[in-house]
Amino acid sequence: MGPICEFYKTTVGKKIVAAVTGALLFLFLVAHMVGNLKAFAGIDPATGMYKLDVYARFLREFGHMVLGYSGVLWLTRIGLLVVFVIHVVTVIQLTLRNRAAGGGSYAKNRYLSSTVASRTMAIGGLILLAYVIYHILHFTTGTLHFHGFKHGHVYANAYNAFQVWWVVLIYCVAMVILGLHLYHGLWSLFQTLGLDGPRTNRPLRCLAGVLAVVIALGFMAVPLGFASGILPAPTTQVTTQTALLR
Amino acid sequence: MKLTLYIWRQKNSSTKGSFERFQMDDVSPDMSFLEMLDVLNEKLLVEGKEPVAFDHDCREGICGACSLVINGQAHGPMERTTACQLHMRKFNDGDTIYIEPWRAKAFPVVKDLIVDRSAFDRIIQAGGYISVPTGSAPEANNIPISKDDADLAMDAAACIGCGACVAACPNGSAMLFTAAKVSHLAILPQGAPERHRRVKAMIERMDSEGFGGCTNHGECQKACPKGISIKFISLMNREYIKANLASLARDKGEVTAQ
Repeated sequence: MGPICEFYKTTVGKKIVAAVTGALLFLFLVAHMVGNLKAFAGIDPATGMYKLDVYARFLREFGHMVLGYSGVLWLTRIGLLVVFVIHVVTVIQLTLRNRAAGGGSYAKNRYLSSTVASRTMAIGGLILLAYVIYHILHFTTGTLHFHGFKHGHVYANAYNAFQVWWVVLIYCVAMVILGLHLYHGLWSLFQTLGLDGPRTNRPLRCLAGVLAVVIALGFMAVPLGFASGILPAPTTQVTTQTALLR
Repeated sequence: MKLTLYIWRQKNSSTKGSFERFQMDDVSPDMSFLEMLDVLNEKLLVEGKEPVAFDHDCREGICGACSLVINGQAHGPMERTTACQLHMRKFNDGDTIYIEPWRAKAFPVVKDLIVDRSAFDRIIQAGGYISVPTGSAPEANNIPISKDDADLAMDAAACIGCGACVAACPNGSAMLFTAAKVSHLAILPQGAPERHRRVKAMIERMDSEGFGGCTNHGECQKACPKGISIKFISLMNREYIKANLASLARDKGEVTAQ
């Protein structure tokens, strides 16, 4: 048995894998959130397209000289999928182990220091997994987008989707769960990687809390912006422009 | 004091247990929790009934034998206190008290409130020692150790191995126990030569005993009668990472001329 197998077989090894993959997924979330906020940037005067659509095109065209159209995008997607699958599989293995190891609950269960966030990591994680699948089928493939999905028209697709109250609700609830998951996960990963201690714990927990709120609110801003009318309906002129440029 | 007790009764590890209700009418507030159980057992013996089985030894809070979950808290409601050092004055007249054994898959119930904690012994056997010739005690100052390191090692070495950390953990994890034992040796120079082998062996043993993993709830450090911090879990994780990196770099087998 190789050293990596031996490492992955133990609970501590698995936790370290979960922490590292979790950290990578967090970095992706930051980039994704910043990209989303381009919805508020309005129309690009040079192309006459929404800045959000320009950004979406940039993601596809980036590095096309080397890897071809959307080459870099697909490489990133594959890398992200691998990291995501490792995170989910490892955590599911750990959770099943933990469920089996506990001796059942006491007549009176009294929690002294665990939080709602720490106790909902597993169930919240599963909900997020379902949400990610829905989200990809919703905005990437358009399979579950029932309100006029047009490939490449990111701004218009988002606008149309978030005119429906239950879609807004799904996204907002998912982001609250994501915030809880991040709050516990972000400080926990320092503990798991052996970088936490009594002096660093409080600042780390505060930082995790701030980052969780920023990420959750940052993501929620887009659906709420479209639903509330802060982000205006796409003009037909701009959407045709996008279609012509594709 | 009048108390209503609900005590877990279980014949052995293969039978199912249940709570039995006992009424106590004359509990002195000066009794320790275990003395209160002694009084109950004397009464049961006089009545010709089976006394309640529970673990105890020193009754001074240093041996780690007592193992009662009192109202859902390992060692009861007082912080940094073992069940034997808990006194009845911490309860009110007319209280209802639930008394249960440690609950974890790796700690099977032997009888009533007694659980088998030999899994801890096997974790220690896997690496919780240093290999040196024994004999007369060495001169204390032969190996200089900084005060900070000595204090830190002592904080970890305060573990009495009672298992309250496992009992309090929703995952039935022995990470705090194992971490305390790994840490107090890893911090000191005497533990250095075997540190990599030790942390791997003890974690592997911990896993194979059926303990769960850590999810950083922090319940263990609150339940610990010695107040051992989860900082040591962090320290053990770091030891484990270092040990694995070292084994990747280490030469295997005979070192030949290059």
